[in-house]
Amino acid sequence: MHVPDGFLDAPTSVATGVVAVAGVALALRGARNELDDRTAPLAGLVAAFVFAGQMMNFPVAGGTSGHLLGGALAAVLVGPYAGVLCISVVLAVQALLLADGGITALGTNITLMALVGVVAGYAVFKAVLLVLPRRLSSVAPAAAIGALLSVPAAALVFSLLFAVGGEAPIGFGKVLGAMLGWHLLIGIGEAAITGLVVGSVLAVRPDLVYGARGLFGDRKLEIRATAGGAA
Amino acid sequence: MGAGHGHTLHYHGHSLVHRAPAHLKVLALVGFMLVVVATPAHWHPAFAAYAVLLLGAVLASRVPLLFLARRMVVEMPFAVFALLMPFVADGPRTEVLGLTVSEPGLVAAGALMTKATLGVVASLTLAATTEAVELLAGLQRLRVPDLIVQIMGFMVRYLDIVAGDLRRMLTAMRSRGCDPRSPRHWPLLARSLGALFIRSYERGERVHLAMLSRGYTGSLPEMSTPTHRPHA
Repeated sequence: MHVPDGFLDAPTSVATGVVAVAGVALALRGARNELDDRTAPLAGLVAAFVFAGQMMNFPVAGGTSGHLLGGALAAVLVGPYAGVLCISVVLAVQALLLADGGITALGTNITLMALVGVVAGYAVFKAVLLVLPRRLSSVAPAAAIGALLSVPAAALVFSLLFAVGGEAPIGFGKVLGAMLGWHLLIGIGEAAITGLVVGSVLAVRPDLVYGARGLFGDRKLEIRATAGGAA
Repeated sequence: MGAGHGHTLHYHGHSLVHRAPAHLKVLALVGFMLVVVATPAHWHPAFAAYAVLLLGAVLASRVPLLFLARRMVVEMPFAVFALLMPFVADGPRTEVLGLTVSEPGLVAAGALMTKATLGVVASLTLAATTEAVELLAGLQRLRVPDLIVQIMGFMVRYLDIVAGDLRRMLTAMRSRGCDPRSPRHWPLLARSLGALFIRSYERGERVHLAMLSRGYTGSLPEMSTPTHRPHA
């Protein structure tokens, strides 16, 4: 998934690097406003969670498996600012300590997966929430749709970058077709996992889900009788 | 994760490359790779020179070549892509081993493989010779925003713990007879991930409180540059 060195030419890599730095700087400011001095430990632990989550294999069929990318998931769980920070840090550590993704392509990878992936995922999530009824049960499906579209959105931006600074003579249409087709499939898996994970967190700690804020405030404490045995 | 342990790609050593300051190594890696990426595909002697230079650095680091080679699997997806490139690229066709392929595609595939391989080996050399703590101190010296370095530090420090949490959950799942093999098990796996998120987030809250009780006001004390100590 990670773009390696030499895929895009140097000017494009530097340009996406500048975009990435600007985006991360904005996210830093936003996250600090929301979390103040909790930013470092919380974003750090959530980044560790995303990293570990990417290691979990979701079996598909015939011995193959896929894994989560986590952009939309992080956006819905901790908000777009902290989400951008977490994914960016994960990508930086992967490039520096695991040689996963080229070091000159780090800006490209952050732009695609942290900025486009998180922001597109969150924007779609918010838009879908506006359409769906204002209920807690709308959050997980909205997150799934956000995840579904965030992956092809990143693929679309990659195709555009490749058309501008790609180091191979492949027509834009061909790249776009292959990237969108393949990433729509990945997006379906991403959507299923994101929706399920968000749903499971909502069931236990809805207060932790950033995207669900304001949707469960008016619930009343109810005392339930335990007749009928242990629930 | 104790303080003395290296991350998985780290190869313990005391060579010149190991002892070089991390910020210089990062700068060297970025500079080297920018030059490599900016080199036109047909400048074959330049690529040979880069390879010799890189090999020199690897040999100087005394990291076994096999150690690096085994970790080059991260490159696999792009090897596949490069292999396909001559078939899908545009431009005049040429014949190789009885197959009709695109000539510019072939050139581009060769350049891509060369550049990506140089990048992977160079990055692996940095990873193999630099401890995570040194890297963080190096990034701090490179004026990477303090908060980013802090987040990275927490991530690196707690990754083994969070990954261990996940491993134990999956072990518990298997020991209860559920071996996830098909998409049918996705809801189960996703619930584990949800639980992992809650655990991680709550751990972050506890860490924050623990930091406050030790006088945290937004910045961590200066990270001491670790010296290579004998293992306790």
